Amino acid sequence: MKIEGKCFVFGDNVNTDEIIPARYLNTSDPFELAKYCMEDIRPGFGKREDIKGSIIVAGENFGCGSSREHAPIAIKAAGISCVIAKSFARIFFRNAINIALPIVELKEVEEFDEGDVVEVDFENGIIKNKTKNKTYTVHSYPELLREILKFGGWLEYCLKKSGGDTE
Amino acid sequence: MTLAEKILSRKAGKKSVEPGEYLLLDVDVALANDITAPIAIENFKKYGGKKVFSPEKLVLVPDHFVPNKDIKSAMQVKLLRDFAKEQEIKNFFEVGRMGIEHVILPDLGIVKSGDLVVGADSHTCTYGALGAFATGVGSTDIAGVMLIGKIWLKVPESIKIELHGSFNEFVTAKDLILKIISILGVDGATYKSIEFLGSGVENITMDGRFTISNMAIEAGGKTGLFPVDERTVEYEKERNITVEKMYPDEDAKYFKSLNIDLKTLEPQVAYPFLPSNCKNISEAEKDRIKVDQVVIGSCTNGRIEDLRLAAEIFKNHRVNPDVRCIIIPGSQEVYKQALNEGLINIFMEAECAVSTPTCGPCLGGHMGILAKDEIAVSTTNRNFVGRMGHPDSKVFLASPAVAAASAIKGFIADPRKL
Ligand code: SF4
Repeated sequence: MKIEGKCFVFGDNVNTDEIIPARYLNTSDPFELAKYCMEDIRPGFGKREDIKGSIIVAGENFGCGSSREHAPIAIKAAGISCVIAKSFARIFFRNAINIALPIVELKEVEEFDEGDVVEVDFENGIIKNKTKNKTYTVHSYPELLREILKFGGWLEYCLKKSGGDTE
Repeated sequence: MTLAEKILSRKAGKKSVEPGEYLLLDVDVALANDITAPIAIENFKKYGGKKVFSPEKLVLVPDHFVPNKDIKSAMQVKLLRDFAKEQEIKNFFEVGRMGIEHVILPDLGIVKSGDLVVGADSHTCTYGALGAFATGVGSTDIAGVMLIGKIWLKVPESIKIELHGSFNEFVTAKDLILKIISILGVDGATYKSIEFLGSGVENITMDGRFTISNMAIEAGGKTGLFPVDERTVEYEKERNITVEKMYPDEDAKYFKSLNIDLKTLEPQVAYPFLPSNCKNISEAEKDRIKVDQVVIGSCTNGRIEDLRLAAEIFKNHRVNPDVRCIIIPGSQEVYKQALNEGLINIFMEAECAVSTPTCGPCLGGHMGILAKDEIAVSTTNRNFVGRMGHPDSKVFLASPAVAAASAIKGFIADPRKL
């Protein structure tokens, strides 16, 4: 699995309230949520057309705060194809994998600028910053997580594993 | 191997596991409550679920807003009740038979040493006291367990807390865990298993161990584990469960270790707005912090030993006229035992309000919400902004001994001086 996209850069400790403010949580419709993705740190972000297929790059502890699953859902539905951060909050990490939002930890995120074109190769654990012509190696995705992402999320995976038979 | 690695390798059917490894494991017990179960049930149905994978592994505990505090909570609990009936889930606990999830599960022998337990509640780590790998997950994860009985997990690195000696009078397990959190910091153990080891462990009771493991999450821990020793084996035996002792290997690799002599500890008070903001009581007492409300209860300190300790302090004393003191036994069983031992009588004579088991005020739910600028001393586990009510209220965390002494004095007080 490989993806390529333009970067949008955010700082450290982006919390779930910033990813999707609580006042928009009166719906669980992913596309409604997507409109307000990052609303409080970058107003209008979720409604931009050019974020489709792009990559969010952020600092430490991305997704800290509450355990709300709406946060990765909003990011995914907004069309973001991957989040690269220095580190992720534990529950956000879990929630992201569960809904099949690919996320990658990378120490050198400071070297990325807004607009850089980046390629992520999950299988081989390689991130290429095509604009800066630099390559980084990261942990390749363990097979289990790759499968979960391939099936489109944890519950989709469960469904497949139960042979679609949940009786 | 560390305790975490031992349990997880056994569950995975492997000789050994390494930190960072991802595993797909069969769950022994999966838990959800009145806040988190509705979303899990909704997801289960949305994904075509008809019959849950193994109803005997599922536990549904309505405890946060019970007895139903309003229409919304009544509807949520009804959803759980109906689902439990429809799916023949035995482990649903009704008002009058219930208690706070993390108090009743070990007590009723539903979770046991060596189990892999996941719960849609962050304090699921409580069962680490039994030597069970227990961790908080999301509602989607519980829906997954309903569908196929499995969970995916990353093997954590571990932190060793080496304990020596025993507690002085009126120093408790709560003081120890508050101290540990203040040393590690609120994210000092993120992703990690905290393991409580050393000769001092023998001197900590099972109720004390539950209190300690319960708050592992307040240092960010994925779980907080005790070895399975004589005491644990005895505890399980009383519940007709036979378990083997379990210690980490001599050559287990720990990410970090910490040494604590229990004798050197003083009662602690965690100041707002983080559980790591601790002061020794001798310092805290000097601050003369006036208290409006005291809460003794919760999944951290709502067990029988906690009530015994509080009763010992309330005996022949009264709650200060400017203080409301609310005591909440953690379960119906704890309540009955406290009644039989005469503790409830002591509380009533001291003019405390005694409530039926519930999470209630711990999360600002009901049964003791704080007004603007009010101050509470609470035996619960979180003192975040607005946790127990108004955003301008404050919560100080402490042991039942400090809480009771403060209720009597009207300010944050040292139980050793009463
Ligand atoms: S007592 Fe408090 S911390 Fe424990 S489960 Fe209930 S709300 Fe959560």
